[in-house]
Amino acid sequence: MSAQPAAANAATSPETITRTVLARRAQEPGALLPILHEVQDALGHVPREVVPQIAEALNLSRAEVHGVVTYYHHFRSEAPGRHVVQVCRAEACQAMGADALFEHAEQRLGCHAHGGHGSTSDDGSFTLNPVFCLGLCASSPAIVIDERLHARMTPERFDQLIGKLEAAA
Amino acid sequence: MSAAPITVYVPRDSAALAVGADEVADTLQAECARRGIALNLVRNGSRGLFWLETLLEVATPRGRIAYGPVQPEDVAGLLDAGLLNGAAHALCHGPTEQIPYLAKQERLCFARMGVTDPLSLADYEAHEGWSGLRAALAMPGETIVQQVLDSGLRGRGGAAFPTGIKWKTVAAAQAAQKYVVCNADEGDSGTFSDRMTMEGDPFMLIEGMTIAALAVGATRGYVYIRSEYPDAVATMSEAVVRAQAAGFLGDDILGSGRSLHLEIRKAAGAYVCGEETAMLESLEGRRGIVRAKPPLPAIEGLFGKPTVINNVISFASVPLILARGAAFYRDYGVGRSRGTLPIQLAGNIRHGGLVEKAFGISLRELMYDFGGGSASGRPIKAVQVGGPLGAYVPESQWDLPLDYEAYAAVGAVVGHGGIVVHDDTADLAKLARYAMEFCAIESCGKCTPCRIGSTRGVEVIDRIVAPPSSTRNSTRNGPQHNRPQQVQLLRDLCDTMLNGSLCAMGGMTPYPVLSALNHYPQDFGIATPDREAA
Repeated sequence: MSAQPAAANAATSPETITRTVLARRAQEPGALLPILHEVQDALGHVPREVVPQIAEALNLSRAEVHGVVTYYHHFRSEAPGRHVVQVCRAEACQAMGADALFEHAEQRLGCHAHGGHGSTSDDGSFTLNPVFCLGLCASSPAIVIDERLHARMTPERFDQLIGKLEAAA
Repeated sequence: MSAAPITVYVPRDSAALAVGADEVADTLQAECARRGIALNLVRNGSRGLFWLETLLEVATPRGRIAYGPVQPEDVAGLLDAGLLNGAAHALCHGPTEQIPYLAKQERLCFARMGVTDPLSLADYEAHEGWSGLRAALAMPGETIVQQVLDSGLRGRGGAAFPTGIKWKTVAAAQAAQKYVVCNADEGDSGTFSDRMTMEGDPFMLIEGMTIAALAVGATRGYVYIRSEYPDAVATMSEAVVRAQAAGFLGDDILGSGRSLHLEIRKAAGAYVCGEETAMLESLEGRRGIVRAKPPLPAIEGLFGKPTVINNVISFASVPLILARGAAFYRDYGVGRSRGTLPIQLAGNIRHGGLVEKAFGISLRELMYDFGGGSASGRPIKAVQVGGPLGAYVPESQWDLPLDYEAYAAVGAVVGHGGIVVHDDTADLAKLARYAMEFCAIESCGKCTPCRIGSTRGVEVIDRIVAPPSSTRNSTRNGPQHNRPQQVQLLRDLCDTMLNGSLCAMGGMTPYPVLSALNHYPQDFGIATPDREAA
């Protein structure tokens, strides 16, 4: 697992960012998910070291916060690769060749996902995640590369898109 | 060059963005600037004709003229051919409203979809927006509830529970605080009507939720939107800000003294949070574990308070019911399925998209008259209706009217109106295994039939489809598995899951499994149909 370049200075350290988020949102009813979203949006993941900090601010146990982070597929405790690729594996995409596309993506990116879990390539370039429905079911198969949606995907177009990312790196 | 800018529409729906709509819009603007043409570019919602995206429309004296599917490299040629006058071109489909796919629909809920700029309050108002809310503000709460009851509206999320009865229960409950919650965790594969509504007509959902709040006396509300829909989250958030600034939400709705504070909440990728009690747990900041019922959320819901929970389309259907009256809505539909359903045609289908029709249409009409057959050109083999927990419907049932009761009678469900088409290359045993695997991945783990049953289901299907000569699993059940015995085991397991699960996740996973087994036994290696009670 490669490490994402960590926050460089104290002003943007995970603890500082988390403190800012907590100061703004901790008093809201049911604040835990919005807080985790903001932390992950800022840091790319929810580092284990901020879990006690969040727990204390919300008067929860560390186990409760850890339980929530690990329950939801969206939250990750590890930094992802430089690019995150999500390939839909649900039925409407399966009907248009998503299984073959997913296998192609695994090979092309050097990622080997299993079950509902994602995986990151050895060089830290890519994280491949299966996703279950992007709501593009009439334009399947669908994928997401770094927040950007792509529909009617083929292995050839997939390679073009990944090639562009690699060329830009 | 003419002085008046010409209005061109390029959709901002994420299904259009995913095929390059932003690039089309950028190219169009650059080309028009280069040619010195004044352009009024509107980013509308999608008409829902997804095989034509990016569907570009030009406003002309003859009405809006449609072009699609447009790629960025087509733009210059289109302009040369006279795009801005609505001129002929290989990609031209004539007046948008006359495209048969659209002309044959009955768009009540989706009347504005693709027509307006989703975030324009002026557009919304000019197209009958807020007239339901204005009517509701002049009524006592019980009259609003009665209108919804009389309309026959049933929950569009899948369970089809009468919306008015739910509202009546919350209205009757005594509490200092009540909530309205919109379940926008549209996780079913093959469905996108909630996403389109939130991205393409967000004020309609806000108006529906506000009417619900007035009816039951709620002052706070949440829209719980899946994290896989970032565009819907962004559009809804902006729509709430604009509606509040214009006085349609907040402390004094249109000067009535009534209030509703609405907040957008992003989910986090757990399918089971589409189950209403798991969603409440998630909104309260916990793992999305299903609650036992009773108590009903209508009595003890969010933070223990009476809560109206409805799907996006249920809320979105309400403004029109209040604006035009219950009878207008009830006159559409068949039997106890009243009104219209925004049906989503998906998967291996040539013309996939959004088809809003009154209940009663058949799958055959949908797949062939609207859908144009499979995308691959091969024969259609199976259709899954109602999402991952819906049954596979074989050809013998394609003429059934789309109607909650008619589908229930054959062990199928209408659900949220998602239709996923598979051609003859589909392996229904593999799809049945996937249904069990998906349940194993997404089960919240609270009840045993779902948590354990789904994993056992994957294993038993693997044993059924293993070649008879296989000795791979020979250690457990003798030299080779007795296939009929394994099929019986799968049926028993499905029976346990159906009857013993806490919610629809485990309770309905047997629908796709058993329907695949009953209607496509050959895919499981069973020569003679093994048909017992499904």
